[in-house]
Amino acid sequence: MDNERHLDGNALAGLFHDVFGREMTHECACCARCGAENQLGAAWVYRGAGDVLRCPNCGSIVMVIVQNSDGFRVSFEAIRWLQTSA
Amino acid sequence: MSFITRGFRGRRQLDAPAGRVPPGQYVTADFPVLSAGPTPRVPLEEWRFTITDPLGSERSWTWAEFTSLPRETVTVDIHCVTKWSKLDTTWEGVSLDTLLADGTDRAGGHVLFHSYGGYTTNLPLEDVTGGKAWIAFNYDGQPLEPEHGGPARLLVPHLYFWKSAKWVDGATLSDSDRPGFWESYGYHNYGDPWREQRYQGD
Amino acid sequence: MAGAALPGRLNWLIARATEIIEETERVRSIVLDCPGWPGHLPGHHIDIRLTGEDGYQAQRSYSIASPADDEQVVITVELVDEGEISPFLIGELRVGDRIEIRGPVGGYFIWEPSRGGPLQLIGGGSGVVPLMSMLRARVRAGSDVPVWYLSSARSFDDLIYRLELESISSEAEEVEVLHTLTRSKPPDWTGLTGRVDRVMLARHVWPAFTRPLCYVCGPTGFVETVATSLVALGHQPGRIKTERFGPTN
Repeated sequence: MDNERHLDGNALAGLFHDVFGREMTHECACCARCGAENQLGAAWVYRGAGDVLRCPNCGSIVMVIVQNSDGFRVSFEAIRWLQTSA
Repeated sequence: MSFITRGFRGRRQLDAPAGRVPPGQYVTADFPVLSAGPTPRVPLEEWRFTITDPLGSERSWTWAEFTSLPRETVTVDIHCVTKWSKLDTTWEGVSLDTLLADGTDRAGGHVLFHSYGGYTTNLPLEDVTGGKAWIAFNYDGQPLEPEHGGPARLLVPHLYFWKSAKWVDGATLSDSDRPGFWESYGYHNYGDPWREQRYQGD
Repeated sequence: MAGAALPGRLNWLIARATEIIEETERVRSIVLDCPGWPGHLPGHHIDIRLTGEDGYQAQRSYSIASPADDEQVVITVELVDEGEISPFLIGELRVGDRIEIRGPVGGYFIWEPSRGGPLQLIGGGSGVVPLMSMLRARVRAGSDVPVWYLSSARSFDDLIYRLELESISSEAEEVEVLHTLTRSKPPDWTGLTGRVDRVMLARHVWPAFTRPLCYVCGPTGFVETVATSLVALGHQPGRIKTERFGPTN
């Protein structure tokens, strides 16, 4: 797979604050496609018309964030679970 | 209103010609690269473009066949929903009118373009016919680079540029309108930059 | 991790540039005084937002180069010719000017001495910035965590923080600093040459059996090569943290 243009989920740290109101990059999520568990900061990030997060194990799209006129639209495409810490 | 930064202008061009820039856009000399996933690498000998009609019949072209079709060179302005516009871009490609010329059943009026890598975008058929759309394989006199959609991309300059699908591999005609990739995540179904149709509901 | 979560909303703050330091020809460190700054950890970054008089805005992220120090935040910025923000920060910004920043963010990439080691830092170009924050914090804390620092730069004159790194490694037994130059080297160069690759990593990073915590930062291609090579050398993916600097849109 050709990954030359992806960033890490850590690059969306500020955006996560806008959307979720807190630091999220250290939190773990489970990919619904392959079952891999990784911190959101480790996701492969493609920034286009919206921000696309892909599983760093299988490359599937796990989350898409679009900033629109009303705020943010978050699509939880393939997240089986998201674990928050204290 | 945000805090104004003394001395900041950014890289946009400030002297844009009147009437050429849709609302909310700024002109850039760059050609930003935006994508939703890895750049597909498609060897030309494997490349195909396939049009599927509403009944499922297919017409397919290899690269050699495709590049033997009558081609056109067009100079157009392009407008990205992320607010940059690029004026006077020159492309060479095959018009959708040429591809749909002989016998493809156009009943239904909707088309979904799809790409290597899985990207899709939907348009009314009338927005890709009548000299409004091309499958482009050269940009600025050179073969279209992979990061900009090469070997070939859809070019529909009158709509926001997310509709100009990169790495296009075919089109499916239908009587039903299915939202494509960005449309399904909340972008506008049509996407007219002059009416600033960026998001669903605009 | 508790250390990464912060109380309260992430608000834009106004920071004032109090000092501009020329690190190399194309790199400047900018010392910012930021009233209301909540503090930060090594590896965190900030977002900077610039607004033109007509309302045009641009926003980019920059790693923090300094360890926590009250309301002071130091960033180190490399000039990107086609950039939106770096040509402003390097060239237009003057001491006394104020800019909007918010942070700290990016808890995924933090390291503190309490996390232990051994610590392996690998930076390409200005990717060394967050790694330097980690190293400076380790020194300030008087920690004895062993640290190996490998940086890649085009030429001798492009090495960021070179003198400070020499000083740190000569004074601390457990800190090793290595540089590799990829395009040109001075005649008396005794460091490494060539791009960081699997062979170089096999020779010059903590071996996998020592289970180091690895932090890799730099351009996307650099990080991809290094991270893939580390895994191939047996390092656990979970102990490798990466921060890619992408091309900006």
